[in-house]
Amino acid sequence: MAILEIVRIRRGKFRRPGWFAFLARCFGLLIAGLMVLIIWEVGRAAWLSIHTFGFSFFTSSRWDPVHDVFGALPFIYGTLASSLLALIIAVPLSLGIAIFLSEMAPPWLKDPVSFIVEILAAIPSVVYGLWGIFVLAPWLRDGVEDWLGNALGFLPFFQGPRSGIGLLTAGIILAIMILPTITAISREVLVAVPQSQREAMLALGGTRWETIVRVVLPYGRVGIFGAVMLGLGRAVGETMAVTMVIGNQPKISLSLFSPAYTMPSVIVNEFSEAVTQLHLSALMEIGLILFAITLLLNIVALLLVRRIGTVPVQGGRM
Amino acid sequence: MLHGMKVRDLNAWYNDNHVLKNINLHLMGGKITALIGPSGCGKSTFIRCLNRMHEVIRGGRVRGEVWLEGENIYGRRVDAVMIRRRIGMVFQKPNPFPTMSILENAVSGVCLHESLNTNGLAERAEEALRQAALWEEVKYRLDDPAVSLSGGQQQRLCIARALAVKPEVLLMDEPCSALDPASTLRIEELMAELKKTYTVIIVTHNMQQAARVADHTAFVYQGEVVEDGPTSEIFTAPKDPRTEGYITGRFG
Amino acid sequence: MDRMYLRRARNLVMSVMCMASAVVVIIPLVMILFYVAADGLRAINWGFFTNLPKPVGETGGGMANAIAGTFTMVTLATGLSLPVGLMAGIYLSEFGRGRLREAVRFLTDVLNGVPSIITGIFVYVLVVVAMGRYSALAGSVALGIIMIPIITRSTEEMLRMVPKSLREASLALGATEQQTVVKIVLRSASGGIVTGVMLAVARAAGETAPVLFTALNNRYWNQGLDQPIASLAVFIYTYGISPFEDWHSQAWGAALVLVVMVLFLNITARLVVRARQGR
Repeated sequence: MAILEIVRIRRGKFRRPGWFAFLARCFGLLIAGLMVLIIWEVGRAAWLSIHTFGFSFFTSSRWDPVHDVFGALPFIYGTLASSLLALIIAVPLSLGIAIFLSEMAPPWLKDPVSFIVEILAAIPSVVYGLWGIFVLAPWLRDGVEDWLGNALGFLPFFQGPRSGIGLLTAGIILAIMILPTITAISREVLVAVPQSQREAMLALGGTRWETIVRVVLPYGRVGIFGAVMLGLGRAVGETMAVTMVIGNQPKISLSLFSPAYTMPSVIVNEFSEAVTQLHLSALMEIGLILFAITLLLNIVALLLVRRIGTVPVQGGRM
Repeated sequence: MLHGMKVRDLNAWYNDNHVLKNINLHLMGGKITALIGPSGCGKSTFIRCLNRMHEVIRGGRVRGEVWLEGENIYGRRVDAVMIRRRIGMVFQKPNPFPTMSILENAVSGVCLHESLNTNGLAERAEEALRQAALWEEVKYRLDDPAVSLSGGQQQRLCIARALAVKPEVLLMDEPCSALDPASTLRIEELMAELKKTYTVIIVTHNMQQAARVADHTAFVYQGEVVEDGPTSEIFTAPKDPRTEGYITGRFG
Repeated sequence: MDRMYLRRARNLVMSVMCMASAVVVIIPLVMILFYVAADGLRAINWGFFTNLPKPVGETGGGMANAIAGTFTMVTLATGLSLPVGLMAGIYLSEFGRGRLREAVRFLTDVLNGVPSIITGIFVYVLVVVAMGRYSALAGSVALGIIMIPIITRSTEEMLRMVPKSLREASLALGATEQQTVVKIVLRSASGGIVTGVMLAVARAAGETAPVLFTALNNRYWNQGLDQPIASLAVFIYTYGISPFEDWHSQAWGAALVLVVMVLFLNITARLVVRARQGR
């Protein structure tokens, strides 16, 4: 120990950080610089459109490349609708799996189940899209949509022609794709809940489910909310799979069977065909809006998730 | 007459560790029984076996009988949830629910078992908080979060939470080990009050505490109850040399 | 005790629901893997790996150029992102202090959450517009940017797993901090860092949107790094949304190749990490 102290003191006094540390730091800052540069470049490219359309870009649903008039409302709507639908499907499922993994599963089952969920995250977006077009969409069209339309057709969400291509299919694909994110983080949040909290409820005569609902989930609510936000961020920015199944029509319809269009999809479809400067700039502005939304969601989520384990409880841990 | 508990041939394991060996003990109703012994002797495991909390830990296993008022709590058709309602527990470290207010904490157990209206719950909370000698300190701030209380207050809140369910027996697993001397004293005074209405069993590593509060004392050593009897006898005239060794401070 | 029955029933039902959700999640995975394997195998033969795509109607078309293109771009992207990710990871784990480190780590996480399509249009503005054409190079830059945060964070985590005693032993022998990091810490974490790179490669290989605006596509053998280039992911996309049966089948074939590649990388990386953690 004594030698070590001497070495430390010597290092501290006589050695300045070497070039290697300096280099490492530069690369660290490079990443930070990259973030700033992305915002700057995309913003600059979108400037023409921002300048031309102002706020009406958000409220107009006229997207007309021929006359160079652009409004992004249908795309914003399509993105939000498909993402919310994905959350509605994915959140209960993810929480169920997370609860199963953290509160119920025997140890030998935890790894395989986590593994399956992780593998879902590894499959490329474009493969999901391919599967969506050729397997999921026909199956939804011939089975699920008929059933929903007949059973719940009085609701505006389940009316109109059933093609299998549209919001519903996009929402389901998105749900599968964001499920791993929400599951993995919620699981970590739940595992971090101190055992003493569970024991307190059990000792009062609570059942396992009552313990989960009244103690475990509330204790981890901040982190779980963060997990959902991260999932939403994923869904909003997801491009290929959605583009392949959502139908790509700039319509605003309440029906889940109706085709729609999302912000990433319109960029993918029109980017390389944009002839005028304004068209390109309008697409850039959509990119900028998308960027702003995901940035906001991610920052909020990361800040929340980072608070895991710092919930102030005196002597909360066994 | 308050119910006591009878423990017969109780064995407990933690994975392959045989932590409790053939325990036989009579815990008297309406009295305070202290379980003392060196750390790691199995006294915490023992008290957790009394309301079926040992089986909550992964790897925890129990065999034997524990009788409460003519019913074996390890009986074939007995639901652990019902047992825990009748046998309350207070843990080493205060563990109030951080997302709930003081009031919500106090009634968190009651509202599982009984369908009371708001007034009923408030009455029950007041009663329990008074019994736990906390009412005067919190009556104007019942909606504050439970974690705003001091450590000693939190522990009394946990006691109130357990009492509000109206258990027959109250188990306390080293309830003062995380508290300062002043808070410890308050809780010891409280115990003397509680034994009028409840059968109290307390685990402590502090022999002075056992001597101060307990009517009966059992000495647990290496997973066995070496000796039990009235506290005064255990401390003044222990029969077993191991008890004597522990009490005179030769080990532990 | 009606209330108790109700509580018990609710406990049982909800527990079963949680278990069911763990079972339900298996369904899409099995279905996707099944269709990719079944439809993919039907399309795959030797020519599929050696031939160029053929016009609609002609049989025997392949995706040799797409495989080569993905390989080229991912290799180049790794070359670009590895130094950055590695050094930034070293910075975060070894040299970073205080708020600046927190900020860099946070921004790395944020960069990881940036939709890949944004990266695509960014590189379009930065590289494609500047060069005046779509190119393999631009595609590689886009993929590289996507890989950077993954490599950075996994490097950081792997370095942190190196025991403190090892560093202290090295310092006690009189090595400088710099020598310790390069010769001892990095070397003993190298296996873990490789797994991080594998995960990043797996992610990059499957990316489509950013490649679409940067490398575009190419129906012939790749002409050079400053020219448009084909890739498996874009191949799957364009063939998948085409109206031709024959092309759909080829898209499934390409999907099979891609999925096998990506899963192999992922599973290997995870097994390695698990083995290291178990030690």
